[in-house]
Amino acid sequence: MDLLLPGEGLIIWQAVVFLGLFFLLARFAWKPILSSLKEREQSIQQALDSAEQAKKEMANLKADNEKLLREAREERDKILKEAREAANRLHDQAQADAKKTSDKIIEDARAVIQTEKNAALRDVKAQVAAFSLEVAEKLIRKNLADDKAQKDLAETYIKELKLN
Amino acid sequence: MKKPFFAKKSAFFTLILIVFSGIFSSVLASDETGHEAEPFNASEVILHHVMDDHQWHFADWFVLPLPVIVYSSEKGLDIFSSGRFYDEHHNTIEYNGYKLDHNHIYLADSGKAVLDLSITKNVAMLFINAALLLFVFLSVAKGFKKNQGKAPAGLQSFFEPIILFVRDEIVKPNIGHHYERFMPYMLTLFFFILFGNLLGLLPGAGNLTGNIAVTMTLAVLTFLITNFNGNKSYWGHVFWTPGVPHWLRVVILPVEVVGLFTKPFSLMIRLFVAITAGHIVILGIICLTFIFSSVAVGIGASLISLFINLIELLVAGIQAYVFTMFSSLYIGMAVEEHDHH
Repeated sequence: MDLLLPGEGLIIWQAVVFLGLFFLLARFAWKPILSSLKEREQSIQQALDSAEQAKKEMANLKADNEKLLREAREERDKILKEAREAANRLHDQAQADAKKTSDKIIEDARAVIQTEKNAALRDVKAQVAAFSLEVAEKLIRKNLADDKAQKDLAETYIKELKLN
Repeated sequence: MKKPFFAKKSAFFTLILIVFSGIFSSVLASDETGHEAEPFNASEVILHHVMDDHQWHFADWFVLPLPVIVYSSEKGLDIFSSGRFYDEHHNTIEYNGYKLDHNHIYLADSGKAVLDLSITKNVAMLFINAALLLFVFLSVAKGFKKNQGKAPAGLQSFFEPIILFVRDEIVKPNIGHHYERFMPYMLTLFFFILFGNLLGLLPGAGNLTGNIAVTMTLAVLTFLITNFNGNKSYWGHVFWTPGVPHWLRVVILPVEVVGLFTKPFSLMIRLFVAITAGHIVILGIICLTFIFSSVAVGIGASLISLFINLIELLVAGIQAYVFTMFSSLYIGMAVEEHDHH
């Protein structure tokens, strides 16, 4: 069957032409084509990568911004809180101080009043004693004419003294 | 709306019928002049069309004689036109001590076969195919240079997806990470077979990729590349299969050695059979017209052969894919690095 028998001439031609074709195409077609394809793929990959990178950086930046904002907000809140606390403290302290001062004033006043009162009482007692002595002197001068009257008087005094 | 379409369609088929009948009437005519009143021999016609020839028979009134190049130790190198083997009645005659018998050239006196390096129909097809490939892919390469950093254009944009398909779907998955080394061979192989298959479908064209000498040469190249690139573990698998008992290794050895040769053999047979069988089917269906000598059969046969032709277009691509895919697979098996032993 001639159909199934490879002809030697065609084998030789096929080998020669195919190999020649292979070397020519490999050198002048496949090499530039494949390298351009690879180059293009790499550049596309690079572009995609850098886009991804930029996206990531943007996200980072945004996160940073948000973080900063959050921190600033926290800081503000903290400062406000502290200020409020300080104001309260000052207020309380002022109140306490005022109270203390007023208490002291009242105390002092009370003490002064007490002293004054004591002094006044002492004065009154002294004057009452002086008045009594005067009255007694006058009475004695007037009634010491008789003994009996003297005796009675003396007894009354003694009674009175005991009662005191 | 329907009628003009149908009219157009039938006009198209009639045209095909006329074209094919034109081709085959010439075939019939040659039979009639050669052998008087011999019945139509379909198998002869078909084989004549799928086999190589020393002349290019487009039609009976247009036969292109091709150059004969022969070498023999007795007569040395001789170059002459194949037309010298025929007289004016298309009968074969001896020329210059050579005789042509069933497309083989012998020395007339001793009957010894000579080394026939003639530019036969298939060799001419081979040249056309190679020239076309060079033309197409050099301009594609030029396109890549011209449009560097830009979108592909023209021929380049047509072939770029096919090149990428060969790279990403055939070579890369089958060979693995050493694939780049084999890309030039695989691309040449793929497009040589694809273009050869498609050119072979043209009316009057030679059956280049359906010739066993061509498929054998391609298969042998794949075989050589596979085995020259075979690494230690590949040969280890062939000669001393790991992971099986020793006595079994002795049994496996011949099987593995036979396997080395069945791989390229299957490549050779598959392409040859797929393309030649397709041509034979188309020719056989067309021959029905002449066997029955009927217009009705002619119309039917034309329709069916048109359909088969479309299938053949598909087969042209599939066979190029399959040959390249199996070549990649065999090479991939040879260069694969085993780390699981």
